[in-house]
Amino acid sequence: MVNLIWVMMILIGIVYALFNGTLEQVTQGIFESADQAIGLVIQLMSVLIFWLGIMKIAEKAHILKALSSFFRPLIARLFPELPKDHPVIGYILSNITANLFGLGNAATPMGIKAMEEMQALNQLKDRASRSMITFLALNTSGLTLIPTTVIAIRMKYESIAPTEIVGTTIIATVISTISALLLDRFFYYRSVGRE
Amino acid sequence: MNVITSISFTIIPLFILVVLTAAIWQKLPAYELFVEGGKEGVTLAISLLPFLLGMLVAITVLRSSGALDAFIQFITPLLSCLGFPAEIVPLGFIRPVSGTASLAMMTELIQTYGPDSFIGRLASTMQGSTDTTLYILTIYFGAVGIKRMRYALKVGLLADLIGIIASVIVVSWIF
Repeated sequence: MVNLIWVMMILIGIVYALFNGTLEQVTQGIFESADQAIGLVIQLMSVLIFWLGIMKIAEKAHILKALSSFFRPLIARLFPELPKDHPVIGYILSNITANLFGLGNAATPMGIKAMEEMQALNQLKDRASRSMITFLALNTSGLTLIPTTVIAIRMKYESIAPTEIVGTTIIATVISTISALLLDRFFYYRSVGRE
Repeated sequence: MNVITSISFTIIPLFILVVLTAAIWQKLPAYELFVEGGKEGVTLAISLLPFLLGMLVAITVLRSSGALDAFIQFITPLLSCLGFPAEIVPLGFIRPVSGTASLAMMTELIQTYGPDSFIGRLASTMQGSTDTTLYILTIYFGAVGIKRMRYALKVGLLADLIGIIASVIVVSWIF
């Protein structure tokens, strides 16, 4: 499906540009965005190096294990396929915690680490496992307590109450996260039924 | 509120403190472990590059051609019939696709309508309450070389839709 979506995005864009007379912008855009991707990866690299370094120490110091045994009941319910007390649960919890506190920088490396651990447990290596999809459902729905970037921008534009949107944001994010988890369950059982 | 914001600032240094204290306690070679883990970060970032570049280029082609704008313009009157504020429709469509573009769009809406207006609050809530689905799936699946995402995209996008509708309802209801 990704292949099709990717091809369609580019094809629709080019065909539309052909009729709209925006081919020049498209050509320019292609190379500008390629450039942007390099910048983005460099930014990502700095946080990846730092956090994967710290997390390696945390793993060897058994901190992730302690964390995962503490939250075991909740995680076992969300991720029934993951073995108990496996370090992956520690990474998942660190990712969720970082997201909750609006620390996107720290959340990504921990999330990637969690994905690597889940991939090691995955049977079919090119196919997403059930746990991976549940984990990404949690991440894409953006469960957060503090939308840090948004608050910063509201402050910049002299809002009287920059943090007043925290309440509405939490309600909206809780609704979308619960929906994501329910949808995840629904599509999982449907796919199992098909196979 | 201040409590939550200050937790956010203290959690990183505190976490590092706990990790390093535990490492010293157990006589672990902390610096060597840090470097070992950090090396993984270098290779990981490099291996992510083609995934990220490919997706970013596709999004840019769609946007710079004007196709996305044309689609949004076409769909806006339909959505505002359903009670969806027209000013916010473009943000709703960009939010799951591109984090930087939606952040720029939210900033523009806040600048135009003011942070404390209905549109400003709604844009803030929409931006903050969800994450960039396409980026997350690209990065996380790319990092471990998953080619078949199965129903992950469907789940992500449908949850985004529900989140956006929820934002509109919650913001009009609370403020």
